[in-house]
Amino acid sequence: MEKRVVFRNRVLPYILVAPQIAVTLVFFIWPASQALYQSVLIEDPFGLSSEFVWGENFVELFGDPWYLQSIQVTAVFSVSVALLALTTALYLAVQADRVIRGAMAYKTLLVWPYAVAPAVAGVLWLFLFNPTLGIVAYALRKLGYDWNHLLDGRQAMYLVVIAAAWKQISYNFLFFLAGMQAIPRSLIEAAAIDGAGPARRFWTIVFPLLTPTTFFLVVINVVYAFFDTFGIIHQVTEGGPAGATNILVYKVFRDGFIGLDLGGSAAQSVVLMAIVIGLTVIQFRYIERKVHY
Amino acid sequence: MVGTRRWLVVLTHAVLVLGVVVVAFPIYVTFVASSHTLSDLLQSPMPLLPGAELVGNYVHALFTGARAVGVPVGQMMLNSLVMGLGIAIGKIAISMLAAFAIVYFRFPLRMLFFWMIFITLMLPVEVRILPTYKVVSDLGMLDTYAGLTIPLIASATATFLFRQFFMTVPDELAEAARVDGAGPLRFFWDILLPLSRTNMAALFVILFIYGWNQYLWPLLITTDESMYTILIGINRMLSVGDEQAEWQIIMATTMLAMLPPVLVVIFMQRLFVKGLVETEK
Repeated sequence: MEKRVVFRNRVLPYILVAPQIAVTLVFFIWPASQALYQSVLIEDPFGLSSEFVWGENFVELFGDPWYLQSIQVTAVFSVSVALLALTTALYLAVQADRVIRGAMAYKTLLVWPYAVAPAVAGVLWLFLFNPTLGIVAYALRKLGYDWNHLLDGRQAMYLVVIAAAWKQISYNFLFFLAGMQAIPRSLIEAAAIDGAGPARRFWTIVFPLLTPTTFFLVVINVVYAFFDTFGIIHQVTEGGPAGATNILVYKVFRDGFIGLDLGGSAAQSVVLMAIVIGLTVIQFRYIERKVHY
Repeated sequence: MVGTRRWLVVLTHAVLVLGVVVVAFPIYVTFVASSHTLSDLLQSPMPLLPGAELVGNYVHALFTGARAVGVPVGQMMLNSLVMGLGIAIGKIAISMLAAFAIVYFRFPLRMLFFWMIFITLMLPVEVRILPTYKVVSDLGMLDTYAGLTIPLIASATATFLFRQFFMTVPDELAEAARVDGAGPLRFFWDILLPLSRTNMAALFVILFIYGWNQYLWPLLITTDESMYTILIGINRMLSVGDEQAEWQIIMATTMLAMLPPVLVVIFMQRLFVKGLVETEK
């Protein structure tokens, strides 16, 4: 797509793109290429000399049990977050699509958690589940279930999954509701006339027509769970106990910033970059298809 | 309209109300906790109705702050505000100019620039933490407002959004402007800018929330307490080691951290939804 009418000027367009390009070069492309470069080097602890080692950092990375654990933790975490956030949101959207009175009010009451920062969502749930003064932890103890996410890795995982999914429900809800409202009423009415009940109508008409929205949201939710949940992990568990919630993004931060392992952290960055590129490609492929469904 | 059954209507509302309650529950408990004294909270179970310390806790948080951090929350909110506004305005400004150049001019390297901007989509801060930190520290931008905002203002999404929008602006407008002797900048300022107002507003809502809610970046580059954003402040109040965390102040601060973006979403819901949908296209 190109404009037919354009302006002619030799210098002006460069001046106009300059700020954006300058920021991109200095803060995106330069650091990213540094990460690429460092990922093939091993530096001595004092940063005095470095040696070119090809893929050694990567070989070491994928041989490191802690890294493999982190990959596994990330997979469990992101699948759980996406599943929980998507099914809850879809269920609520189906209900909201059905009500005639008060739909707007429900929408308002359900969308605002979008505005809550992940780091804040973490604190909210941390307080509820705090082993000494959390009200939910107290209730669980009364029910005979001993809650201490500081010691129990599985419980820590539950907690960060709940906090992360809670924050993402509103976003999914909005998109599911919009998708459902775009489905022609005549289709649903025709099915009703043919004798299909609400459940049947949902599974044979609404859900298949929502597929594009669902695919799109799956990608968005996975990206969210991979990258935007850093704040939740940092506030609630700091990756612990014993790495049980140490997702990849948190590990890069820990190893690079606290552990000061330059080469290893750079190699991890490169792996993450590959993941983002993969997800972005899927997203764009898919969005192009969405236009004519 | 498809016929509905009475029990189904009741059930639907029941499910929705339950959903709203579950979503709101953590906030309610936080609000309650922010209105009690610490010793009330340390009882087991903690109270579930608001207490009498509401005003006291908030005043204490805003103007004195928690013991663990030597800066009042008011100062941190100001830093968060600078970050939110700086990122929102900066992103809109530079991406609008770049989109204008890419749509309305033909010049060598145009596609190269376009792809360079596109690539930023694939490089979130999280994947290039250390080298970006190094650049910012070499430039002497640690603990400054410039360091908090500028590295985050390049945005492919906003540039694409404006590019998409400019493509739908009728060519006749640009033609007419040219016939009347208006240069590109005049056209941009008098025609394109007013036409983009709704888009800018929708984007502003989304970007303000994005900027206010930034966590990893300020965590990396602020060490000076007076530069903490409110989210970093909360983290520092929580990390007190063996000491008792001042939960009543932390909970009040948490409420204050949520307030501005949540109000923006509630009161600008239409713009917010528009912004959300457009930026994902």
